This record gives sequence, C-alpha cells and structure tokens, in this order.
Amino acid sequence: MSTRLNKEWLSAQTAVSQLSGNLGVFQLADESKRIIFVGYAGGKSRFGLKGEVSEALQRTSGAAFARWEVNTAYMSRYKELLMIHLHDYGQLPEANQPSPGESVPGEIATLGQLRPAG
Amino acid sequence: MNLQLTEEQELVIAMVRRFVREEILPLELALDPDAEELAPEDNARLIEKTKAMGLYGLDIPPEFGGPDIDLVTRTLIAVEMAQHRGGLYVPCYGTFGGAGLAQLFEATEEQKERYLFPTLRGEKKGFFGLSEPSGGSDPARAIQTKAVQDGDDWIINGGKLWISGADKAQYGLVFARTANDKGRDGVTCFIVDTDTPGFSVRRVVHTLRSARYATELSFEDMRVPASNILGQLNKGFAIANDRLTKQRIPYAAGCIGVAIKAQEMALEYVPQRETFGAPLSSRQSIQWMLVDNEIDIKQSLWLTLEAAAKAQRGESFRKEAAMAKLVATEAGGRVVDRCMQMFGGLGVAKDLPFERWFREMRIRRIGEGPSEVQRHVIARELLGSSLR
Repeated sequence: MSTRLNKEWLSAQTAVSQLSGNLGVFQLADESKRIIFVGYAGGKSRFGLKGEVSEALQRTSGAAFARWEVNTAYMSRYKELLMIHLHDYGQLPEANQPSPGESVPGEIATLGQLRPAG
Repeated sequence: MNLQLTEEQELVIAMVRRFVREEILPLELALDPDAEELAPEDNARLIEKTKAMGLYGLDIPPEFGGPDIDLVTRTLIAVEMAQHRGGLYVPCYGTFGGAGLAQLFEATEEQKERYLFPTLRGEKKGFFGLSEPSGGSDPARAIQTKAVQDGDDWIINGGKLWISGADKAQYGLVFARTANDKGRDGVTCFIVDTDTPGFSVRRVVHTLRSARYATELSFEDMRVPASNILGQLNKGFAIANDRLTKQRIPYAAGCIGVAIKAQEMALEYVPQRETFGAPLSSRQSIQWMLVDNEIDIKQSLWLTLEAAAKAQRGESFRKEAAMAKLVATEAGGRVVDRCMQMFGGLGVAKDLPFERWFREMRIRRIGEGPSEVQRHVIARELLGSSLR
C-alpha cells in the first residue's frame, strides 16, 4: 500500500455517485487539485464513505474533487495522511485546521511526525 | 498468598471503578469506536481528577513523586482501568499518567535531568526501540542495528520496526550491537534524540488496531555521544530483558479487565435476550460459555496477582510473569470470543466494544513476546538456562 493516497481525483458529482457505505479515508481538493481536507468514515458514520464524503463536500468551501480508500484501519490511516500532509506542506489541510475557539479532536492534537519513504 | 483484599485495596478499586463509569464511559459514547485519544480539554480535566485522587503516575517510584502504591494494588487498579472500550491499549485514555521509560530511573544524574524529569513533567515523550525487521522475540540475536565508536561519539546505522510512539517522541531508547561476537553481551542501549541528523520515522505500520499504529525507524550515520549510553556498554540486553519481564504483569492485567467487562455485559444480556420462547440464560450452551469465562478470568487473575506479589517481595518472578502473560492473553481472547457469540450479530457490530476487543486481544498473544516465547521462558525456568 502506498503511503500517500494516490488514487485518481473524481469530480464531486462523480464521487458521490460512485461512493458506497464502507469505512475508510478520503481527501477533498479544490479546482487546482490541492488537498484541502482529509477525513474518515468511522464506526459512528451512518452511511460510511458515501455519507461522510457527501457531507464534507457540502460543508467544505471550494471542494471540487474527492478521492478515497476503503480501509478498516481508518483511524491510523487518517492520522498517517495528516502526518504526511504536515511533512509535505508544513501545516494541516486548511479545512482540517481548527477555527479559533473550536475544540481540537484528540487525534489531531496528538499527531506525530513522519519522514515518509515514498 | 492471601487472596483477601485489604480495606485500602477495596477503597482504591471502588474509586477507580467509579472513575471509569462516571468519567470515561460517558465520554466514550461520543468518540469514534476506535478512538485512542480524548479531546485535550477532557484529558486535562481528568488528569486533574486522577491527581486529586492521588493516583496519577502510578508506576513512578515515590522518590520521584509517584504515589507509594504496592505492585499488587497497582495490578488490581490496572484491571479496573481497562474496563471500557479503549481499555486494553489505552486504559482510561492515559489520564492516570505513566512512568515513561522506567529504565531512566537507573540513568545517570545528567541523563535524568535531560530525559527523565522532563518526561515526568509531561514535557517530553520517549519510545522503546528494541524490535527489528529481523525479529523481536529474540533480541539478543536479532539486533542488527550497529553502533561503531568514533572518538567520544557512537555512529549508529540500522533500523527498528514495531516501535510505538516514535513519531511523537523527543527521544528514545535504541538498542544497538556494539560487539559482534558476544551475542546478548554485545548489545548497548543508547538514548537518542529524535532530532538527531540521520534519525527518521519512515512509515506507519497499520495493524488490527485501527487507531494506534507502530512505526518503522531508520538510522543513517546517526551520531550519539557516549554520554548517552544508558547503563553500561554491552549490557543493554539486561535493560531490555528487565523491561520485558516487568511489562508482562500490566499487560496481563489489561486483558483481565477487558474480559471482566465482557463477561459483565454478557451476564446482563443473556437473561433479557429470548430465543424460541426462552431467555438465552436458560440454554446450557450459554451457561457453559459463562462458566468457562469465569474460570478463564479467575485463573488469569490469580496467576497475575501471584506474579505481582512475588515481584513486590523482590523475588524472582520471571516464570510467574510469563505464565500470567500467556494465560491472561489467551484466556482474554477466548472470553471476548464467547461473548461475541452470545451477542450474535450485535457482537460483531461496532455498536458494541466486542469487535474492538476481539481485534486488539488477538495482538496481545503476539505483543510483548508471543505465547510460544512465554512457554519457552517457562520451560527454561523449569529445565535450566542450558535450554536455548
């Protein structure tokens, strides 16, 4: 498995039509295919990736593309993707950054540092 | 061995049990089923509570500021702390604190100042770097990471695998071969800062545990001062071995706690659930599962408390710790498996904690030395050290 999520970007409309209810991780990108959000569909999601990606596309300003990976180890993969983004760009994707005064989820507050091989 | 708990032990256990039920379980309802962390504000609030309870930093020796609680009582507390969904690997989500790397209590004064005390204050984290791709159960032979002396420094090359927390650590204990022909007497423990040039966390290793991952490390011409040797040159294996033996007791206790919780849930469920016009509890097949669970739990608990009692008395507890680890991890798996069976479809759904326990309990038969190695350790204690 590649460390980075290298799957093809799909337009928001195509993504929503193809998604299913599996557990897994996903990324959203803007028109220039710059990653702006990393998310996951976990055990509490009602409709898995289909539900989580659809909701994230609606609430994330500028989201135009999505790609995903079905993965039951969604939580560690989610953290890995965030750490890789931190390594590559020095900051979290903009829609993952907490707003002022917003509570930071535990899994983001405790992120580590990677120097990925590939 | 006295199996009657003291009044003080009863009080402490009741206090921890209440903490789990009133503080941890409500928060857990809102977390992802695989979560391993609380929100920072909840974490800080609960740490204040465990400090007020006098139970923060349980495994820190009293001379370094920890509560002066004997190992048997700490084992009983560990059993209680594990009785929730995340309890096997993150009992109470870490709000009771930890001792960090206990090996540092034996460090030099300078090393204590740089690593131990900041760790106890929560300013630094460390990792334990023993296992390698070549194996983890027989570190004396499997360690291929090499350290070569260069003036007052050592140059380390190699890598580690299955290392927890290295990506979040400021330093770690890295075991490297410093003498090629001496087997277990040729391994040295180095304290390595993770910002040392040549140190890399190469990747995350995904496992059955969805939230907590292991990492793979690489060391390329990593220069470490000789003053960062922990203990003596070529005597690192004793440090590793001591840690592996001690760790088996809390490792077993966590499995017992989860098994107790699973059994408690099953005992509550089977009288209510009806099939073919009668409650599940009226079926002999279910009754026997509950009976087998109870026996598995008691055997594991008594073996683990015996190991803790011997360790507390300062006696050799290598065999007892291995037996406790072996029996508790295997029994814990059986108990969770039977409970899943009793709950049917609900047992495998993420609505309930069984599926997480099932996955994590499977790892317990491998982590900290697999069952086969524990049997080998016990056999060696029975037959003598000539057994290789």
